[in-house]
Amino acid sequence: MTLIEKTAAELIDALAAGETTSVELTQAHLDRIAAVDGDVHAFLHIDAEGALSQAAASDARRANGDALHALDGVPIAVKDVLTTTGLPTTCGSKILEGWIPPYDATVVKKIKAAGLPILGKTNMDEFAMGSSTEHSAYGPTKNPWKLDRIPGGSGGGSAAAVAAFEAPLALGTDTGGSIRQPGAVTGTVGVKPTYGSVSRYGLVALANSLDQVGPVTRTVLDSALLHELIGGHDPLDSTSTTTPVTGLVDAARAGATGDLKGVKVGVIKELAGEGWAPDVMAKFNESVDLLTKLGADVVEVSTPSFEHAMAAYYLILPAECSSNLAKFDAMRYGLRVTPDGDPSAEDVMKASRDAGFGDEVKRRIILGTYALSSGYYDAYYGQAQKIRTLIIEDFKKAFEQVDVLVSPTSPSTAFPLGAKLDDPLAMYMQDLATIPANLAGTPGISIPAGVSDADGLPVGVQLLAPVLEDARLYRVGAALEAAIGPVLSIDKLEVAR
Amino acid sequence: MSETLVAFDEVLERYDPAMGLEVHVELNTNTKMFCGCPATFGGEPNSQVCPTCLGLPGSMPVVNAKAVESAIRIGLALNGSIAEWCRFARKNYFYPDMPKNFQTSQYDEPIVYDGYLDVEVEGETFRVEIERAHMEEDTGKTTHIGGSTGRIHGADYSLVDYNRAGIPLIEIVTRPILGTGAKAPLVAKAYVAALREILLGLGVSDVRMDQGSMRCDVNLSLSPKGSDKLGTRTETKNVNSLRSVERAVRFEMSRHAGILDAGEAIFQETRHFHEDTGTTSAGRPKSDADDYRYFPEPDLVPVAPSREWVEELRGTLPEPPAEKRARLQAEWGYSDLEMRDVWAAGAMTLIEATVAEGASAQAARKWWMAELSRAANDRGVELAEVGVTPAQVAEVQKLVDGGSLTDKLARQVFEGLLAGEGTVSEIIDARGLAVVSDDGALGAAVDEAIDAQPAVAEKIRGGNQAAAGALIGAVMKATGGKADAKRVRELILEKLS
Repeated sequence: MTLIEKTAAELIDALAAGETTSVELTQAHLDRIAAVDGDVHAFLHIDAEGALSQAAASDARRANGDALHALDGVPIAVKDVLTTTGLPTTCGSKILEGWIPPYDATVVKKIKAAGLPILGKTNMDEFAMGSSTEHSAYGPTKNPWKLDRIPGGSGGGSAAAVAAFEAPLALGTDTGGSIRQPGAVTGTVGVKPTYGSVSRYGLVALANSLDQVGPVTRTVLDSALLHELIGGHDPLDSTSTTTPVTGLVDAARAGATGDLKGVKVGVIKELAGEGWAPDVMAKFNESVDLLTKLGADVVEVSTPSFEHAMAAYYLILPAECSSNLAKFDAMRYGLRVTPDGDPSAEDVMKASRDAGFGDEVKRRIILGTYALSSGYYDAYYGQAQKIRTLIIEDFKKAFEQVDVLVSPTSPSTAFPLGAKLDDPLAMYMQDLATIPANLAGTPGISIPAGVSDADGLPVGVQLLAPVLEDARLYRVGAALEAAIGPVLSIDKLEVAR
Repeated sequence: MSETLVAFDEVLERYDPAMGLEVHVELNTNTKMFCGCPATFGGEPNSQVCPTCLGLPGSMPVVNAKAVESAIRIGLALNGSIAEWCRFARKNYFYPDMPKNFQTSQYDEPIVYDGYLDVEVEGETFRVEIERAHMEEDTGKTTHIGGSTGRIHGADYSLVDYNRAGIPLIEIVTRPILGTGAKAPLVAKAYVAALREILLGLGVSDVRMDQGSMRCDVNLSLSPKGSDKLGTRTETKNVNSLRSVERAVRFEMSRHAGILDAGEAIFQETRHFHEDTGTTSAGRPKSDADDYRYFPEPDLVPVAPSREWVEELRGTLPEPPAEKRARLQAEWGYSDLEMRDVWAAGAMTLIEATVAEGASAQAARKWWMAELSRAANDRGVELAEVGVTPAQVAEVQKLVDGGSLTDKLARQVFEGLLAGEGTVSEIIDARGLAVVSDDGALGAAVDEAIDAQPAVAEKIRGGNQAAAGALIGAVMKATGGKADAKRVRELILEKLS
């Protein structure tokens, strides 16, 4: 097995045993990026020099016998929506082209402090709006399994980088499923932690009440390792929880070697069946059977409000984003387009926004502005918040009956690039199963459930747990992962070995 | 549109005024409302800024607990209720000096509601009902360079200083103030003055109207006499002195009446007040439909002050100024008129301190209201800044009471103090002001006077004691007024008996 094929947990062992160095394995990933990223386009910015110098520093610490974080020296890729000093942060948008933030996101600070070399910034749908990474202003990312397919979105870059073995770990953000859905369609593991358990400071907001930073990896254990590193209270984020984020790695290790006796699993009635691709349902049902075999007590639960989740989401999200994006006025940073003649400040602003924002972003700004406008607030935003409350109630009731909930992560496997680009609603449907967790703030994980019999592409299964019970996801997820067996391997990819 | 002004007295023959006052107060917290930047006045432009108050992408606000504490204390001092649970909202609008292009404010959930303040005008008490007081952040400051007006239109370029952006503000909003009639301008002024006094007593703000740390928006409308329907209002923005508040009300009453008399309608708009002429001019149109697209700020958790904390803060409130005034007046035995003059001159706390140093209330009033007020007026400074302390006033008075200074000599001591000639005793020494009560020295002067005026001496010998006045006068003259007149009289009578 080559270095790049090793999981983060394996790399930790290899580094500890002196079988490799951080510089060596960072270089191996940079070589892989150089070899395949021309096809995959997972990265927007690659920082070879920075990553190698961080790797060298890690090796020096190790040689010196310093106390190290477990992941010290293991390289990582970071979604371009998180601020990084010295590295551009564009959010996949022209309007931020060339912007180098003067500060690091808290999660970036944490991974830097722990000694993880940052390989670069990954591609994404513009301002995280989309489910295919085709809305990136810098061109789409391709699914390494099959290059004419989408890698999911908005975190398609992070998922594709991990799936293509360009990085063992990546950070993503999940507002309506942007970690989990790309995970499902690329055969990787993606986690949306409990809302507030990972700091959002330095995450350029899409919809503040829904956004969450989380890990993208190839195994459940790797996600647990990264999740424990980035989690915890941040005084700079007043919505961050004070509950310590611990026990996740232990839960993942226990799950991988144990059974699920006594665990109650609920299959969400509303997130299976109609509208779901048969090959996806087939793989999902296999996963449910495996859960039973592992000793879990599987029952069906109903969450009737979930059918309105999509509608509520597409009012709340645009409302918040219309306000968040108002700051891009071409006056202080980012793109400035100056029309000919003697333009006023307004003219410059108009021209810059016209050139700087893509269609999907403009669509949502308009939608959100409308939803918040006086006379419509109660009918739209207000109603959406009521639905949100009902969804929280649905989760509460469901979790009175079961410990975790399961559903397919995404209704289909990766669709061809361009297939849904002109049909926003069809694109939005990709996040049907993932959105309720964002509205309720509950944690969720997507793990690979196998490959579709129809097209040979990966299918994901989603597990959901109550707020702050992220550890359950790692225990059940690791057990299921072990039972399913490896799904992603470098040989199955269309990108060259 | 008619711009005929109607004489103030005539306005009242036909119309009733209704006022609404919105007072913005900058809190004197050490740091800004939502970040840790210093909130001090007057630093180098853009030297007190961070990603949060610059509104950089990814930055997040955190509420300043000290500002919340100040808001609660203000609310309690204004006899208001403190919300058990309230939130911040985003007020979305564009302004060049507002870095996020939304202002973080409170909307329908203010921290303080239902308060009141009683103000006295010419012996009549008016209760001003306070609808709410809410927390928000200040904007930056723009300077428009080029162009003749100093306004943005016609300027070559504009400079923005964000030092003030994010300074905590409290906005105190009254309900419509009705039934004030001819006293409307005075009630407005008295309300702002009373508010200023309370805030000063609380120590929560510098309340410097000239520096903008306290500013008042004056809403005014007229309705036909006897009508209970409010007329269309105008809002005169950022009035920045007590006198201007009064003048703005007076001017708008005259202006509105002119328009209404002509049978025209008042145009709802903001107005600018012009200090030099005491007039207002049109600002921007304003309607109730101004669409700020308010929605709860998702980056901030709700503010929920515990009842224990609120009661604890209630315990920190100083005695309400009006009650304190009444108590002191009774203690000092001043007449209503005397007390009003003392208060108007800003001498109350000075007299209080002087009395605390041992002087009688009458003596304290005499010095502060006569000698020292005149000096303050001559120099154009506040009485408190005139350069004489309450302790010095008490010290001088003690010497007068003990007979070692006369009132006339005391005046000279104050002259020396005002001129900065040193301490009380230094001035007495340097100017040779001590009363001469030494019998030897006085005896010689008395003998001289008797010798000089034998006829007068003869009268006194004859039993006419009243004639002693002429001799006393002569002795006083000879001693430069430093003689103890009582002792001089005794000596004369002794010698001539």
